[in-house]
Amino acid sequence: MSLRRPAKNQPESFEFSPSSMEEANKIVLKYPEGKQQSAVMALLYIAQKQNDNWIPLAAMKYIAKFLDMPYIKVYEVATFYTMYNLSPVGKYFVQVCTTTPCMIRGANKLVEACKEKISDKENELSNDKSCSWMEVECLGACVNAPMMQINDNYYEDLDKEKTIEIFDKILKGEDPKPGSYRGRLNTEPENNRKTLMDIKNA
Amino acid sequence: MPKLKVNDIEIEVDDGLTVLQACEKAGAEIPRFCYHEKLSIAGNCRMCLVEMEKSPKPIASCAMPAAEGMNIKTNTPFVEKARKGVMEFLLANHPLDCPVCDQGGECDLQDQSMFYGVDKSRFKENKRAVPEKHMGPLIKTQMTRCIHCTRCVRFATEVAGVSELGAIGRGEDMQITTYLEQSMQSELSANVIDLCPVGALTSKPYVFEARPWELKKTETVDVMDAVGSNVRVDTYDWEVKRVLPIINEDINEEWISDKTRYACDGLLNQRLDTPFIKYNGKFEKASWSEVFKIIKSKFENSSKDKVCGFVGDLTNMETGYIFKEFFDRTLNNNNYDSRSDNRFLDNSERENYIFNSSINGIEDTDLIFLIGANPRYEATILNARIRKAFVNNNTKVISLNDVGDLTYPYKNLDGQTQTIKNIFEGSEEISKEIIRAIKPMIIIGESLLKFNSAEYLFNLIKNFLKKNNKFTEDWNPLNILSCDAATVGNFDLGILNSEKNLLEELKSNKFEIVFLVGQDNLEFNKKDEFIIYQGSHGDKGAEIADIILPGSAYTEQDGYFTNLEGKIQKAYKASYPPGEAKEDWLIINELAEVMNNRKLFNDKEELESSMFNYLKLKQEKQTYKNKEKINFKFQNEKLNIQLKDYYFSNVIARSSKTMIECNNSKLNIKSTGTEG
Repeated sequence: MSLRRPAKNQPESFEFSPSSMEEANKIVLKYPEGKQQSAVMALLYIAQKQNDNWIPLAAMKYIAKFLDMPYIKVYEVATFYTMYNLSPVGKYFVQVCTTTPCMIRGANKLVEACKEKISDKENELSNDKSCSWMEVECLGACVNAPMMQINDNYYEDLDKEKTIEIFDKILKGEDPKPGSYRGRLNTEPENNRKTLMDIKNA
Repeated sequence: MPKLKVNDIEIEVDDGLTVLQACEKAGAEIPRFCYHEKLSIAGNCRMCLVEMEKSPKPIASCAMPAAEGMNIKTNTPFVEKARKGVMEFLLANHPLDCPVCDQGGECDLQDQSMFYGVDKSRFKENKRAVPEKHMGPLIKTQMTRCIHCTRCVRFATEVAGVSELGAIGRGEDMQITTYLEQSMQSELSANVIDLCPVGALTSKPYVFEARPWELKKTETVDVMDAVGSNVRVDTYDWEVKRVLPIINEDINEEWISDKTRYACDGLLNQRLDTPFIKYNGKFEKASWSEVFKIIKSKFENSSKDKVCGFVGDLTNMETGYIFKEFFDRTLNNNNYDSRSDNRFLDNSERENYIFNSSINGIEDTDLIFLIGANPRYEATILNARIRKAFVNNNTKVISLNDVGDLTYPYKNLDGQTQTIKNIFEGSEEISKEIIRAIKPMIIIGESLLKFNSAEYLFNLIKNFLKKNNKFTEDWNPLNILSCDAATVGNFDLGILNSEKNLLEELKSNKFEIVFLVGQDNLEFNKKDEFIIYQGSHGDKGAEIADIILPGSAYTEQDGYFTNLEGKIQKAYKASYPPGEAKEDWLIINELAEVMNNRKLFNDKEELESSMFNYLKLKQEKQTYKNKEKINFKFQNEKLNIQLKDYYFSNVIARSSKTMIECNNSKLNIKSTGTEG
């Protein structure tokens, strides 16, 4: 992990959309009078969601003014947490889990698919600028390994072909179905197994 | 009052002290990087580890409160091993560039690695390299050297009140920077250089100038403002290389303003190093005896009431006193003044022109009312103290004018003199607040005293406070914020003429001879006057002069200064005057000898004792007179604060290149509008 810097090309201005504004106000209200600055992380996340998954400097300034705190304090928070993206990542932001359980189950194949379909390098926009990918640490869905996250959805039980299928759909602008790609409902056992005793060496 | 043992010495400490402070009290020195007495506790350098009984791990003494029954050990092998480990980590990424580092010789890391450093590095990987950051014209950065103690960040947020420094990124990639690398917008910014325990933040104007052990160090006082900050002047031969703060808890604590620190390069430029005489509009070099002869004949050929004299804003008290004596005894007239503007002054009592509540008093007050003052620029260190009071006690501050960012929130009024009148006639909400306050502070700036209704308002304020019993044994709520170092001293010496308005007479060209001692701020059109200018720098005063007598700056002669709260302090000679220039008192003494064949004083000691005698007598003579006669002149005016250009407020600052750079960096920020 290296220091993440703000992107070179920055939009001039940023403002919360009405829906973001509503959400932000709701969060600010949760904190007692004078402690509104505590809402900074949530607000940064809202800004990120609104702005195609990344936070421009203008948004940091906007939030600093919104919460009446120094710019540098917002900047500190935004650069500290890796889940805030400081440069454009595309409308579809693909995060591939490569931590041990996923890795054992073939996460490197997913990475290959990303390289073929999206871009050669991590954090680089695809040709049509709509998509980028990165490796991340455990996303907490080890039961359904290997998996990846696209924006708010988890795509689980993948292999290379299925991943490429998903990317094809995304690049066409369709929304692929989230969840398991081996027909499981959530994290239920495969092969209709009800107890641990049913089949050995599953 | 917890009792604890440090290295088997039993001590009792105050509640709320940390283990580190307890250890210091017991005489055990604890190494530290991040801990600083004046800043909040961070506890992130881990250098202050000590052993505590019953704790399996060493504890960070700076962040651990001292508690009853603790048994602390600071000199065991366990502690040494822990500190060595910390030091090894700190040095893992620290470049070994001490030979080219300006901090070398006064570096905390260098000193402490002598005790705890390991001779070989086990770190085989590539060292971290951090790009340089831009922090303005005063602070040079070399962020690879940074050990992330965050002292600078805490100073900027807590003391300076500008949250512009921060730590971005995390872990190995953590970097200290200003927001988008803008320069720091504070007049206290350069204090982070002193705070930095390593060479990450060093002084830009002083870069590669000298090593600390080559410099002669003189402890003296500063004259850039009336606060009288205690400073150490470091000289290399004649040159003043740098100015550093020294601790005086009653005045500047540990900080000095950027102007105090960096105007010192003005002492090298524009100096007057030999007497000059103006022939046909051109200055020509002359000898001392020549100029004295000319002055003598001039004085002899004009009537004595056609002579006047003005003392400047940086002259020490000895010079002021001998100047006064020169007029009183040699010239037999009292056409002298130290004011360069028509400010109101009631010289009958000392409390009418000093900062009576004292700088320390700011921390006890519960209400501050600023009238016509902008302490951020007029007395930066005093403003830092007001901020400290606000941070610690949430002191309420009201200002008559909206004076911009003072680094703390304040309530501002409409700036009309009518509002002052209403408040101190008791008809406003604020009047009640002042009455309710136990120790209120009314801070009156020089801008108010220059107004037509100054006398009326001043007396109104004073009487209101008297009537409501705000003057007590240990509290005097009346404060005048002087801007210049010599102001209070000159008033104490009575260098003013209350009978005549000398300035008006000067402006209407009534005088034949004008004697200026370090006075560059007079505004008048020269006609046929013969002007003698005595001073250190070729500035406005020297420009119009007919004869120039080269004097000394504050670092080149011993001299007393009285600060705005009336504290008399001595500035010591750190360097010597350039060329033919002489100490100021000596010039006037010699001139008197030429004129009358008699010196005014045999030596400096005689002058000093005579001066102190005068001050003592004046103090004793002072009795409270209940003045009935008050000038009832009042008119409603909009009170504008007349600020001198902060970075160019006196001759030394005007000659300083660093001050020009500072001013430009602020202008840039303003013009690009990137600040908001």
